[in-house]
Amino acid sequence: MSNDTVRKEPIEGFDDIPGTTLFDAQRARQGYHVNMFCMSLMKAEHRAEFKADEDKYLRKWPMTEEQRKAILERNWGRMIELGGNIYYLSKLFSTDGRSFQFVAATMTGLTQEQYAQMMLNGGRPIDGNRSKSEWAGKENAAAGRTEGQ
Amino acid sequence: MAKIVASVNVSHVPAIGAAWDNGKVSEPYWKPVFAGFDFSKRWIAELRPDVIILVYNDHASAFDANVIPTFALGCAAEFPPADEGWGPRPVPTVIGHPVLASHIAQSVILDEFDLTIINKMDVDHGLTVPLTLMFGQPTAWPCRIIPLAVNVVQFPPPTGNRCWNLGEALKRAVESYPEDLRVVIFGTGGMSHQLQGARAGLINKEWDKRFLDSLAGDGQAARAIQFIEYVRETGSEGIEMVMWLIARGALGKKVREVYRFYHVPCSNTALGHLILENAA
Repeated sequence: MSNDTVRKEPIEGFDDIPGTTLFDAQRARQGYHVNMFCMSLMKAEHRAEFKADEDKYLRKWPMTEEQRKAILERNWGRMIELGGNIYYLSKLFSTDGRSFQFVAATMTGLTQEQYAQMMLNGGRPIDGNRSKSEWAGKENAAAGRTEGQ
Repeated sequence: MAKIVASVNVSHVPAIGAAWDNGKVSEPYWKPVFAGFDFSKRWIAELRPDVIILVYNDHASAFDANVIPTFALGCAAEFPPADEGWGPRPVPTVIGHPVLASHIAQSVILDEFDLTIINKMDVDHGLTVPLTLMFGQPTAWPCRIIPLAVNVVQFPPPTGNRCWNLGEALKRAVESYPEDLRVVIFGTGGMSHQLQGARAGLINKEWDKRFLDSLAGDGQAARAIQFIEYVRETGSEGIEMVMWLIARGALGKKVREVYRFYHVPCSNTALGHLILENAA
């Protein structure tokens, strides 16, 4: 068997940032077919074909069932966890007519209105959001960290 | 000889391009964003650069998951706007400067920067949004533009110090070109922002301000910042700011701050903008 589950962070602290999946070469391998599917949507005729039958179109790429399910459900956070990268995924949400802000909001546990208001208020503060240790044991930590500490 | 006379640092948020292209410029949300560039438009119109070296990152548009060049220099005669999923932006095709670009490529390779030479490339919002902010919507961009794409999508990207050193190599390359050309270098992207995960929406104004202050000075503090500090303090996409160091490294030791603009929010992002001129 391969050692796909063995992971050594490439830089100290790489995997310590809360609510964040940093995209490195190993994750790029895991998400290769997800990301290449997204790239295909840069052509209008491919977007039309995808919209006509999403499941059929997706079967052209040998991705895992989990990855296909996340795409069909537009579970953006899950796609990122499974090796998708936000700039590749942008081709998919642009095809859907969605913005970066819409997709970012769905990943935070906030409603889109709450998220937009958080940004108008100056964004998510850095204090309390630097390390996984600051989120440990807190329910829905991201949503609870929108105001200054 | 050719000379890099100034740098323009600016964020390249795609929503700015969408707002411009869809006529939302005077809406209350966008008006202060575009107003922040009124001075800059006048400044660059007066300066009349012959060439812009535009440092930006491709957002999985020209380069896909098959090829990931760390530094890629555009040597083509022209670069069409990319279709990023909603059709290409209605902006002019970018006209390159193949002769100067080839000279730069050869010079920096001999200077030990093994960059990738690109002879066919579509350019995405990373390159076209800064042009829109600085020039509005002309029928043609007013000068030649040499794209320099930096990988900041798949980590690790080049270090800030490496970027600075590339900037210094670009300066030597431009200054060894015999034709009298006025060159401006753009360093784009940033400032603090995170587009993914439960921590999306992160903004760190104090950090961003320190970064701007450092670049407006000798830049050495900014040059020493490590990858993990960028992503921890300014968000997973804040790492784009390493590209600002290429532009700063390409100027002389002493610079004069001409203009600064900082605005939150611009979609998910802290919009930063800094114009520096060589003080020598």
